[in-house]
Amino acid sequence: MSILVDKNTKLIVQGITGSAGTFHAGQCQDYGTQLVAGVTPGRGGQTWQNPSGKGSAPVYDTVREAKEKTDCNASVIFVPPPFAADAILEAIDAEIELVVVITEGIPVVDMLKVRRVLDSQSVTRVIGPNCPGVITPDECKIGIMPGHIHQKGNVGVVSKSGTLTYEAVGQLTALGLGQTTAVGIGGDPINGTGFIEMLEMFQADDATEGVILIGEIGGAAEEEAAAWIKDNFTKPVAGFIAGRTAPPGKRMGHAGAIVSGGKGTAAAKIEALEDAGVKVAPTPSDMGTTMKSLLGG
Amino acid sequence: MNIHEYQAKEIFRRHGIPTPQGIPVLDKDGVGAKAAEAAKKLIDETGNQVVVVKAQIHAGGRGKAGGVKVVKGPDAAKAAAEELMGKTLVTPQTGAEGKLVQRLYVEQGLDIAREIYLAVTIDREKKKPVIMCSSEGGVEIEEVAEKHPEKIFKVWVDPAVGLMPYQVRQLAFGLGLEGKEQMKGFSKLLTNLSKLFIAEDCSIAEINPLVVTKDDQVVALDAKINFDSNGAFRHKEWAELEDASETAATEREAGEAGLSFIQLDGNIGCLVNGAGLAMSTMDTIQHFGGQPANFLDVGGGATQEAVTKAFTIILQSKEVQGIFVNIFGGIMKCDIIANGVVEATKKLGLEVPLVVRLAGTNVEKGKEILANSGLDITPADTMAEGAKKIVELAAARAAKA
Repeated sequence: MSILVDKNTKLIVQGITGSAGTFHAGQCQDYGTQLVAGVTPGRGGQTWQNPSGKGSAPVYDTVREAKEKTDCNASVIFVPPPFAADAILEAIDAEIELVVVITEGIPVVDMLKVRRVLDSQSVTRVIGPNCPGVITPDECKIGIMPGHIHQKGNVGVVSKSGTLTYEAVGQLTALGLGQTTAVGIGGDPINGTGFIEMLEMFQADDATEGVILIGEIGGAAEEEAAAWIKDNFTKPVAGFIAGRTAPPGKRMGHAGAIVSGGKGTAAAKIEALEDAGVKVAPTPSDMGTTMKSLLGG
Repeated sequence: MNIHEYQAKEIFRRHGIPTPQGIPVLDKDGVGAKAAEAAKKLIDETGNQVVVVKAQIHAGGRGKAGGVKVVKGPDAAKAAAEELMGKTLVTPQTGAEGKLVQRLYVEQGLDIAREIYLAVTIDREKKKPVIMCSSEGGVEIEEVAEKHPEKIFKVWVDPAVGLMPYQVRQLAFGLGLEGKEQMKGFSKLLTNLSKLFIAEDCSIAEINPLVVTKDDQVVALDAKINFDSNGAFRHKEWAELEDASETAATEREAGEAGLSFIQLDGNIGCLVNGAGLAMSTMDTIQHFGGQPANFLDVGGGATQEAVTKAFTIILQSKEVQGIFVNIFGGIMKCDIIANGVVEATKKLGLEVPLVVRLAGTNVEKGKEILANSGLDITPADTMAEGAKKIVELAAARAAKA
């Protein structure tokens, strides 16, 4: 079992003819993901060729057409920032169930509108933006993560940070625990899916025996997740918060990663998580072993 | 991206938000005469002898630090301007090193009846813009939020609906505004500010203080705008608003090379891919008793040139006693990073210890390149191991010197 995606997921790639889109579409297809189509306005009727030479996919002008022709249920977006919000809204309009937004640098004002539309419907879930994507090992990879570090297993991973997700996944694989599903939710101020919704899914997934949750400074999502875990989550959680040493007022790469007005500090987040029974790893190199100790290994 | 008060006020006026009349003085040469001339012009136009000379720096808390001078007449304005220009202001927001005043703003004085705090920002949890105001204007809002949360009034703006009149009323009655004139002025200002926030891609638009004058006018006495840099593609005008002297030269240089870099106080340089990994690399160095010299995220698709550039920037700090390269290759391939590290080390004649931790895509190739380079590079298998090693090596080097 897994969450969000599995071997039956049918994926389309919005922005498949761009350089990032074509490369990563190829990587996803090579991993075994069912890549059924690409969408690039004005390129409808063409055929996309996997750069590895191992596959291809039809290109459509619109997401609606792609859905009608292929019955896809997931989309991944590689469209550049000025056009990304439009691409997300197009996918929502076409009632694609899962939309994974890789694009980095979407204006917050655009995401406010996307969020407003998202909240007024119940078909589509958006993951991201500015995230590595979602992977269920050996079944379906939607995103830019290196597939080969993953291994099917019993731990769920949810993270605001891309490379820290890889770090956790690599450790779980090395320890033989593996992953059910690993999800990067992105570090932007406004995103599609938060920690709590991910935890709800991991709670309901029988194969997931424990979860690694990786947060970072800024906002209050980690504190809210901690409160939710305390009341609702029954599986062991290993945590990590990046940015303990980040000085206030300095934006640490991600648009959302900033300590301002004494809010969003790592210390407050770690305290909230520990209060909820989450075991917080002292360094990122200890995420895997912390999880293992919680699972009694 | 931050801009100066006088620039923010220009944007305010364009969106119909009342501000005092003012004239910027932007260069050092003849600053006194220019300020006196500006003061005279304002006095002639308004009939009020009182003018305010304000230091323009990208930091709050100027008033308490002596960066705002309320004076009477052109001669006093001249003296105030000469004193402020070239001065280094230290406020709670500048850090201990302070900020050099290189621009001034001369503004008309107002007869102030009361001061209000007003700001629009993004509420990440409610996923909407939030308008906050408080009758405790002109002071640190964080302090009010902590001690008197009941004195802060908030409304959230639905992006599809916009600010509604009932929300304006909630705030106005909360603040205790009185009479038609004040209500009308506040309503117009608030509506325009909420539109400005969206149209100009702001992450913060703050007025502290917003004042009510003795003749019931509602005016933005101060103005602070922080833009969401992701919106830059549709705001070509931002390039002109940028004050390069407000950003550290190294941070600017890094930005131009596509690197995200922040100078810190420690002595261990870091070169990392990914913001979260870069932050936690800093944390891990500190965990083992060291201090990071910088935050540096080379991004997802860094080239050999970018790696060389990153080394050059890190080494500009004389404090650096060691460098830790921590890469988890995803899109980025470890062999490309390894080649970049070798190139940079050779080119720059690296004298400080270097620890490299590679993981992920093409890790074996990357390790081989480093091992065969003949260079003194200490490898590490995990982030913790690498951080520990560089802390030890840097301490040993510092002890020798």
